[in-house]
Amino acid sequence: MAGPVIQTIDLTKVYPMGEYSITALNRVSLTFERGEFAGLVGPSGSGKTTFLNIVGTLDTPTSGQAIIMGTEISALSPLEAAGLRRQHIGFIFQTFNLFPVYTVYENVEFPLLLLGLPPVERRRRVMEALEWVRLADRARSRPTQLSGGQSQRVAIARAIVKKPAIVIADEPTANLDAENSYNILDIMRELNQELSITFLFATHDEKVIRYLRRKITLFDGRVAKDEILETAATPPPVT
Amino acid sequence: MIGFIVKGILRDRSRSLFPALIVAAGAMLTVFFYSYMQGGKNNFIETSARYQTGHLKVMTRAYAAESDLLPNDLALTGAAEVVYSLQAGYPELIWKPRIRFAGLLDVPDENGETRAQGPINGLAVELLADIRNENQNRRNLPEAEILNLEKGLIAGRLPERPREILVGSVLSSSLGINPGDRATIISSTMAGALAIADFTVAGIIRFGVTPLDKTMVIADLEDARQLLDMEDTAGEICGFFPDFFYRPQLAARLARDFNAKVEERAGNAGEDPDFLPLMLTLGEQGGLGDMIAIYDIYAFVLVAVFVAVMSLVLWNAGLMGSLRRYGEIGLRLAMGETHRHLYFSLLGEAVVIGLIGSVIGTALGLAVSFYLQAYGINAEAFTKTSEMMMTNLIRAQVTPVSYVIGFIPGLLATILGTAVAGLGIFRRRTAGLMKEFEA
Repeated sequence: MAGPVIQTIDLTKVYPMGEYSITALNRVSLTFERGEFAGLVGPSGSGKTTFLNIVGTLDTPTSGQAIIMGTEISALSPLEAAGLRRQHIGFIFQTFNLFPVYTVYENVEFPLLLLGLPPVERRRRVMEALEWVRLADRARSRPTQLSGGQSQRVAIARAIVKKPAIVIADEPTANLDAENSYNILDIMRELNQELSITFLFATHDEKVIRYLRRKITLFDGRVAKDEILETAATPPPVT
Repeated sequence: MIGFIVKGILRDRSRSLFPALIVAAGAMLTVFFYSYMQGGKNNFIETSARYQTGHLKVMTRAYAAESDLLPNDLALTGAAEVVYSLQAGYPELIWKPRIRFAGLLDVPDENGETRAQGPINGLAVELLADIRNENQNRRNLPEAEILNLEKGLIAGRLPERPREILVGSVLSSSLGINPGDRATIISSTMAGALAIADFTVAGIIRFGVTPLDKTMVIADLEDARQLLDMEDTAGEICGFFPDFFYRPQLAARLARDFNAKVEERAGNAGEDPDFLPLMLTLGEQGGLGDMIAIYDIYAFVLVAVFVAVMSLVLWNAGLMGSLRRYGEIGLRLAMGETHRHLYFSLLGEAVVIGLIGSVIGTALGLAVSFYLQAYGINAEAFTKTSEMMMTNLIRAQVTPVSYVIGFIPGLLATILGTAVAGLGIFRRRTAGLMKEFEA
């Protein structure tokens, strides 16, 4: 697809709170091209998660536009929004959120089941995704048998197995130690480069910020700073 | 996707084993409860049929009109021919001529003076004819089997010779009679004259039906005919379905057919209508039809309430199951599964669990019911003063409905519970998912 994968124009989200209302996003206009490795940073309540919710088609804006993969999402039905997520968007959450009763293989396979791919194709893609996150040998393990870092790598494999245009990662390193954090950031950066997947983070974590090539600072629902980082992806040695 | 769901069900015990066990327990209790209620109903139907009404009964119209008074002067004459024609015309039933009579049983002492005396209800049946195998060429079941005499015998033996009688257990105790004792039956003949004859008590019978145990004396039909001057006569000819399962519709159809034929024949011959044979079903005698209808209503209400309660329990289990999977459901929505797909996959799981649980529960319920159908529960302690024609041993009865009724709470309630709980999926706002998945 030519053109930006994500484009927001005057994106505004207001939450009514009784007699008052809270403006979580205030006329945010941002554009993300394919293959970006970008992060939203800012204090709590600055609108990071609200922005990810909207571009992930989990929520709709109060006003303004959010165009995802060429589709303006405000008017999408829940069914259409689910279709967009299923096809083009992968999620990585802070708490991994794997299905505990399924194996690593089956967890990663789930998005492909939703796409209705044939078994042979599913198997090829799942094993490929597990190779990317270096967990092919744990395909038969259950999530309870994995460490936190391994679990988050499974979550990454699940997010990228369908080769989406966009991966949205909300605080992906919040529950990981430094070593595991750098591991998964390395993996995500490789996937970003090899598959041209756009990674969009919401984070406070300095370790993540070191990897970003674009850092957008939100403050009170507005874009305070949008900067390209030339020195990205040079993690310090783990001590 | 089906494989994914099945794997989840098999591996997650809280999603499969425990709900299936709850469903199985509910289905089992429902099947057992229903079967036991049916057994209770069948108990008094069968007892009435065996000892009193038959599944069908042929009498004269005049006898039928006053049957409570045991009017043997209005009995059927030419009984052998009537029995023969019934056996020929309605071979699907077993036909047995009987005479009922009321009277006194006088027990003499060694000097021939009255030692004890009490009122009796006499029942004369073909005891010795069965022993002599006179009925061997007919489709037959001995009266001793129909009346469960061998099982009920608590002392002595069954009559083997003329002028031997069986006496109910409570009556024998109250009159102090033992097997081998002499006793005199005092009654009235068909013509209204005094009837007296001496008998020997062959055995003591415990029917397990309190009214029978208190007053019943069983004699051979030919002895009673001699006593009551009723040669080739029978007060009633009872028809029994061989499996002793009462079929109201079939019985009603046979009775209509018989009565229509009799009506047609009588119209041509100009016979006295009062002495024409009349066939009545079990339900048409002694208000039993009304009793069965009332019992059916009570049973329906009780079973319906029970099924409703079980449904609520299983519904609640379905609700709890859906609530427990709140996180999983949110995750699947976030990953692009549609609300509808998710909803129907939960319903699919409910169908599988409901089916498995219902099959197991129904099998267990049937096993318990079949056991109680064979052995029953003795309720004698509660029926000591009962005047109802019910055996003290209350058995379950497995009917075709027993095989399916467990599926109402087991399958329908589970699906309904999941369906209602699952509606929450459609109200789930995806906007909150990201926050939910934060630690």
